[in-house]
Amino acid sequence: MSIPAVKPNAMTLTQQRLRDGFWLILPGLLVIFGITLFPIIYTFVLSFTETPISNPAPQGFVGFRNYLYFLSNPVFWAAIRRTLYFTVVSVGAELILGMGLALLIHARPFGWQFLRTSLIIPWAIPTIVNGAMWRWIYNADYGALNGLLYQLGIIDRYRAWLSEPVTAMNLVIVADIWHSVPFIALILQAALATIPRELEEAAAVDGANVWQRFWKIRFPLLQPAILVALVIRTVEAFRVFDIIYVITQGGPAFGTVTISYLTYLESFSYGRLGGGAALSFLISAFTLIMALLYIRLLYREDLR
Amino acid sequence: MNTSRQIGSKVLYFLLTLLALLVIYAPIAWLFLASISTRADLLATPPRWIPEHPTLKNYLDILVPGTAVSEVARTFKITLGNSLLVALTTTVISLVIGSLAAYALARLRLPFRNTVFFGVLSVRMIPEISLVIPLYIIAARLSILNKPIVLILTYLSFALPFTIWMLTTFFETVPEELEDAALIDGSSRLNTLFRVVIPVAAPGIISTALFTFLLAWDEFFFALIFTSTVAAKTVPVAIAEFTGRYAVDITAMMTGGILAALPPVLLALIFQRFIVSGLSAGAVKG
Amino acid sequence: MRAVSRLVFVVVLLALVVMSAAGCASPQQASGPKVVKVLAMQQAGPTPEEMNAIVAKFNQSSPNVKVEIEYVSYDALHDKIVTAMATNPPSYDVVLVDDIWYAEFVKNGYLWDVTDKIDQNTKQEVFSTAWDITSVNGRIYGMPWLLDQKYFYYNTEILEKAGVDVPQTWEDLIEASRKIKEMGLVEYPIVWSWAQAEAAICDFVALLYGNGGTFVDSNGNPAFNNEKGVQVVEWMVKTVDEGLSNPASISYVEEDVRNVFSQGKAAFALNWLYMYDLAALNPDESQVVGKVGLGLVPAFKGSGVPSATINGSMGFSVIDKSPNREEAWEYVKFLTSEPIQKEYSAHLLPVWSGNYEGQALEELKSLNESNPVTVPAFSAQIVYAHVRPKVPFYPEFSKALQLALQEALTKQKSPAQALNDAAAKWNELATK
Repeated sequence: MSIPAVKPNAMTLTQQRLRDGFWLILPGLLVIFGITLFPIIYTFVLSFTETPISNPAPQGFVGFRNYLYFLSNPVFWAAIRRTLYFTVVSVGAELILGMGLALLIHARPFGWQFLRTSLIIPWAIPTIVNGAMWRWIYNADYGALNGLLYQLGIIDRYRAWLSEPVTAMNLVIVADIWHSVPFIALILQAALATIPRELEEAAAVDGANVWQRFWKIRFPLLQPAILVALVIRTVEAFRVFDIIYVITQGGPAFGTVTISYLTYLESFSYGRLGGGAALSFLISAFTLIMALLYIRLLYREDLR
Repeated sequence: MNTSRQIGSKVLYFLLTLLALLVIYAPIAWLFLASISTRADLLATPPRWIPEHPTLKNYLDILVPGTAVSEVARTFKITLGNSLLVALTTTVISLVIGSLAAYALARLRLPFRNTVFFGVLSVRMIPEISLVIPLYIIAARLSILNKPIVLILTYLSFALPFTIWMLTTFFETVPEELEDAALIDGSSRLNTLFRVVIPVAAPGIISTALFTFLLAWDEFFFALIFTSTVAAKTVPVAIAEFTGRYAVDITAMMTGGILAALPPVLLALIFQRFIVSGLSAGAVKG
Repeated sequence: MRAVSRLVFVVVLLALVVMSAAGCASPQQASGPKVVKVLAMQQAGPTPEEMNAIVAKFNQSSPNVKVEIEYVSYDALHDKIVTAMATNPPSYDVVLVDDIWYAEFVKNGYLWDVTDKIDQNTKQEVFSTAWDITSVNGRIYGMPWLLDQKYFYYNTEILEKAGVDVPQTWEDLIEASRKIKEMGLVEYPIVWSWAQAEAAICDFVALLYGNGGTFVDSNGNPAFNNEKGVQVVEWMVKTVDEGLSNPASISYVEEDVRNVFSQGKAAFALNWLYMYDLAALNPDESQVVGKVGLGLVPAFKGSGVPSATINGSMGFSVIDKSPNREEAWEYVKFLTSEPIQKEYSAHLLPVWSGNYEGQALEELKSLNESNPVTVPAFSAQIVYAHVRPKVPFYPEFSKALQLALQEALTKQKSPAQALNDAAAKWNELATK
């Protein structure tokens, strides 16, 4: 048996920790930044130029013109409005529905296990399959939505849902909600399950009704989980692209052009890399601010 | 509480459960029904909720293709294989590298922990669209376009921040005493990581692996731009290709969709225990 | 902190390494045959097997050149071409280009000007309207390859029952439709693709030129919103009001037109060539097999033209900055050459007018089941096919015009107002 000897020139424990930490973190950082650092810097530089995609070496320095162009452009603000609408409605509905589902499962009704298992399926379906599926459901002539509403007598003739800007956006949101609610529901349900039963029982004994029990006991204890789910989903929703690309391609009449889709149009359809880069950084700024706000909230909760 | 109220609420909850299940399964059922329909069945107005002539032809076209079938259908199986390769490799590498970093961030009380943590997360703020062109240029120069490696590297850069974040949270839930005991016994840090921390945090690791796999399997736009032949084409790209210039091959697309959804859904169902336990650890700790 | 700065140092170092590796790496082969990479489309003309066979033939006959071909879907084609331009050398040397992208690509300098490389014989033998596809500002940037236009489809059974002849003018068609509707044969005799999509513009072009109008005048200014254009849109609205045009047309694209027509729910329709095989010959896809007729697209009386339709073709072009553009052009010439086109004309109608005369015509017609009908229809129609305006801002403008047509059809704006708004957008884009 060897007794660890103290080496004469051993590092202090702190130095050891730092050294170990350095080597352990290094591979991860190398991969992440090795791959993305250059593209990020490149995009940043591009945003101050007017560079066409056919000759993507940064050229045509124009300072802040691209940024100012978008900030003063109604097309940009319309996209921001649409993205905010998408995010707020989407995440809001997911939160409410997710909370409802979590509470429902928590109440352990008959079949709750099957329900919890089933929730996984919409979440695990790939985004593009989800998009293709809903696009077919919304089909103007043969879709299930039209068929169902017509047979239930809710509409008297088929409608081209995806051809009307307002309904198109809302139906894309529905597709996104269906796909993402399970994530929130499962997080919240897991958190609910950690609330000690005694707390709830004590409250019931004290005469608190369902509403009071929810707001006074469960909700406060769930706040960390809710915030985690909110942060993740909000950032994801703000950057939404794939599902728009699959279901509506930004149509009709730009009705579903979100800020990421606008970046795609700028870079790929119009070939203006400088503009696309500026948009990217504007989006990143928005997203970063939002995320920081949330994280501030999160950590203040943690400290409490 | 009197019994009628109890029964009442039980019935209510059960009905709500049924409603929820209906909302979950109805679209999936529609997807499945489309995949076993002929085109004639699909195009009926009002829609035939049950196809008149259900057929497995669509599946055969993809799984055992004859000659009269589109190129996309014939190569679909290969794209499934590509997706599997890319997603698995990304997950494994991501877990290995991520565990190392997560352990350091969770345990070593490093002074720069928060900086690294948030720096790594903030990389995810950049919309992925903007990284496509520069990464495309680099990949072209390194001659790795249209090879699985380019997708693996790209997905790693997306997945790692997420993996590191999740694993850090899980490692933090492992009681320190266990590790301290091992360290005192002379084990090195790395040894402790593998012998002690990982086994205890296993549920969280599995759920992280699942999330990472789904992320890689799901990814569409980069795969679309970076791949062009079956050498590296993944399943989301293949599904998008069922759309022609004017015609959309709906039955094939829905069938492809079911096949593309099977691996992630099956994996998620098999490991669902871990999803829940993983999420609960994450939720409680934040 | 020492550790932090060390980390940062190493990471930045690696990023620089990656950058320089990318910068120095030269993917170009030093020796061996020159590689020509071709980007084509799936479901376009010949099957991939046939396209690969053509490539194999070329490779055999040209030992110094190796052609490689890849296929993507139409939706991805534009983005793939654009992304490919970002690298040096470009990822592809030859690309399949849709008619409406030519102006944009030429303005951005992607495509090689091959006007001087086309000999007189080729120039004359290929249909003149085919050159419209690949020409921008009088210069030619590629070989036309996949010629497609909208044809006039009619249901022979319905016409017979109604006792009407095949209409030659839109006015006659209205008369026939009224009779068909009165007799209760079909609820909406005409079906269109007027969704807020490119499809609506295609129909609009056919009707506009059929009214003797043009898209732009000789100075390149918008002319589609003059009285001829307004008349056309007013006519479109009226046919819906009168119940002759299927009102759902306002959200239909070509596939929907095909579905409606194939179910026998329309007597008249405009659509691309692809609909013929499916509607006339394929019992799995259609309930009107054997009852489909192809005719010249009608025009309006007094327009001065017997017919007018939309030319929506594609061409193969060489990338200007390709290091192997001479060899690439050789391949394009080979692919579009008369012998090759003739050999594979079961799936792709040739661009050479000589194939539509005399003995060649008879051979062409006998190649497959649909050719006896489609070949004569093609050669008769192609001379009256018009392209959409070749301006670099076409994609953006197209969206504005799609919106205008939709607004007029849904009566949110008067036809004149809607078209004028679209023209204003044109002027705005043209002066940017």
